[in-house]
Amino acid sequence: MTTMTIAKAINEGLRETLASNPKSLLMGEDIGPLGGVYRVTDGLIGEFGPDRVVDTPLAESGIIGTAIGLALRGYRPVCEIQFDGFVFPGFNQITTQLAKMHARSNGNLTVPVVIRIPYGGGIGSVEHHSESPEALFAHTAGLRIITPSNAHDAYWMVQQAVECQDPVIIFEPKRRYWLKGEVDTAAPGRAEDPFKAHVLREGTDATVVAYGPLVPVALAAANAAEEDGRSVEVIDLRSISPLDFDTVTASVQKTGRLVVAHEAPTFGGIGGEIAARISERAFHSLEAPVIRVGGFHMPYPVAKVEEDYLPDIDRILEALDRALSY
Amino acid sequence: MGTHLPSTEFDGTAVDDQREADAEAVMGEPPAQMVQLLGPDGKLGFDPVFTEYAEKVTPEVLRGLYADMAAIRRFDVEATALQRQGQLALWVPLTGQEAAQIGSGRASRPQDYIFPTYREHGVAYTRNVDLAELLRQFRGVSNGGWNPKDTNFHLYTLVLAAQTLHAVGYAMGIQRDQKLSAAHGSGEEAAVIAYFGDGASSEGDVHESMVFASSYNAPVVFFCQNNHWAISVPTNVQTRVPLSNRAKGYGFPGIRVDGNDVIAVHAVTEWALEHARQGKGPVLIEAFTYRVGAHTTADDPTKYRQSAEEDAWRAKDPLARVEKYLRAEGLADDAFFAKVKADGDELAAYVRRTTHDLETPDIRSAFANTYAEAHPLVAEELAWFEEYTAGFEGGDLPAGSSGQPAAKAGH
Repeated sequence: MTTMTIAKAINEGLRETLASNPKSLLMGEDIGPLGGVYRVTDGLIGEFGPDRVVDTPLAESGIIGTAIGLALRGYRPVCEIQFDGFVFPGFNQITTQLAKMHARSNGNLTVPVVIRIPYGGGIGSVEHHSESPEALFAHTAGLRIITPSNAHDAYWMVQQAVECQDPVIIFEPKRRYWLKGEVDTAAPGRAEDPFKAHVLREGTDATVVAYGPLVPVALAAANAAEEDGRSVEVIDLRSISPLDFDTVTASVQKTGRLVVAHEAPTFGGIGGEIAARISERAFHSLEAPVIRVGGFHMPYPVAKVEEDYLPDIDRILEALDRALSY
Repeated sequence: MGTHLPSTEFDGTAVDDQREADAEAVMGEPPAQMVQLLGPDGKLGFDPVFTEYAEKVTPEVLRGLYADMAAIRRFDVEATALQRQGQLALWVPLTGQEAAQIGSGRASRPQDYIFPTYREHGVAYTRNVDLAELLRQFRGVSNGGWNPKDTNFHLYTLVLAAQTLHAVGYAMGIQRDQKLSAAHGSGEEAAVIAYFGDGASSEGDVHESMVFASSYNAPVVFFCQNNHWAISVPTNVQTRVPLSNRAKGYGFPGIRVDGNDVIAVHAVTEWALEHARQGKGPVLIEAFTYRVGAHTTADDPTKYRQSAEEDAWRAKDPLARVEKYLRAEGLADDAFFAKVKADGDELAAYVRRTTHDLETPDIRSAFANTYAEAHPLVAEELAWFEEYTAGFEGGDLPAGSSGQPAAKAGH
């Protein structure tokens, strides 16, 4: 066991990948000598050279599009998109090309491209630097979408993403990059399925599902609820596509109540998908409607008011109150 | 020509050559020089650089290039007929562009990798793609009818210019392969061709692909078929300078070649591929040609262009000039041309026969191919589908179903 930040864990995971797989390479803006704007790739260019850690021209479609070509040639590119709001120039390549290549080739071609995207708010930044666009990608078949919430998962999931034959987008909770945690770098971590949800805290009265940056918030809310005598189960989704409905269903069958929390706007979001599926799968177990906690239907607001936008402990507790009032 | 702004207006007399010359005059640049070796008159000219490459086109090779062009034109006629008869949902004709496609395709080597757009049936033919397989996409039974690994000819890409970036990435992979294999004392030199058109040249991905190719000196040849029309919009709405000039801005060579001259296209492409394979970096080739037919079978060119323009280009036909030359030089006789025609008819008959037989896939293959690895949601939806269709066994399938018996799973 080693203690490290999420950023360091990804860095170590990438280092492992580069060392063990000669076909893997990193691509992105400022990922070379600077180590990326969040220093996630710090030191890697010195160790593996500019052919393996590639500072690209400033063009997101170019990064994704050339990564597709490299993958077709047998390489395993890991692309860094600098910020969530800057993925959109590459959206066409991701959705019309990357996601569909395996299907449209009748399974003849695989494009194992990994795209790392720091996402979410809470860092007091400027426009386009705090968004949570995961639902836009989850809606696209052919992509896999994962989002680690802790250092251990970050270390392993980035390596597992590179090994996956399908394209994988990793949404990295940027405001948690400096969150420290224990990482078990011994082999058993590799056996954990990156597309399965984890029950982080057991409970009997209600379930809170969260992922990425809101996992620590959900845990804190559950602890606060416990002081009021309420036993809350917390699930870290870890994977958004595929989404582990089995784990969520089993939990709801036990607790009868479900709150889903994410930073992204609730309308058309992952929470809505979970609510719909759970209402089908566990209708007779539900004691209350599934309640969503998330962003509002507005462009991500200016930094000085983002605290009013982002779900926090109180917003989750309020949702739990509502769920438990039925 | 009172305005120098791009305009779709057509005064009924000028052909596109003239409009481009006007645009070039506006920019204060001389008209683009165009490499031409075999003119519409069937006379062979000279070029200080490319004649050396053209000399590799022996009479036998030239007869082969002619036969290829005739075959693909015959195929184009057949595919258009198949669409009209309801056997294909859509067809994208290539007539007029045979020299650009056959000349460049035949200049490539097996180890080179080709990224086409969606009209490169002639290039596909040179890469031994089964033309009946190629029709799968247009019959609606596949989104990619062939395995690119068999031919190094990638699937058609319908989102314009997206493939130009894939081509550059692939070329970056070749560079890395060469470094890895050089360490073991071996290494095959290879290059990539990215096809696109004058319309697609406006897409941002073309710009980004040229920036990346330039930055990394990637072994890629950008092959732009300027066929003068992006559906209904003429080239001068896409550009005010010859498209080949754009290479200057990226720092690599740009060459305009007579796209209806198969000898020149072959020579220029061979030079460019050699340049790329030798590690000298990318090249842009602008093949100056013309889409004689419609954009697709759903298009109506009479709404936006004059038949006089089409006639002017028909006079520059890529096949006619080769025939003139071969006959004048005594390199081919009536028997040769009769055989070419008979071979073309045989190809057409084959395509007609096999198109009828193209198997409609089972939707289960779509479930199977969405992801390369197991995916629980896909599995769940497939299970539901199986249960749902099983309910119809022995009776009629619901309207709108795949029409395949549920027992024929296969995946």
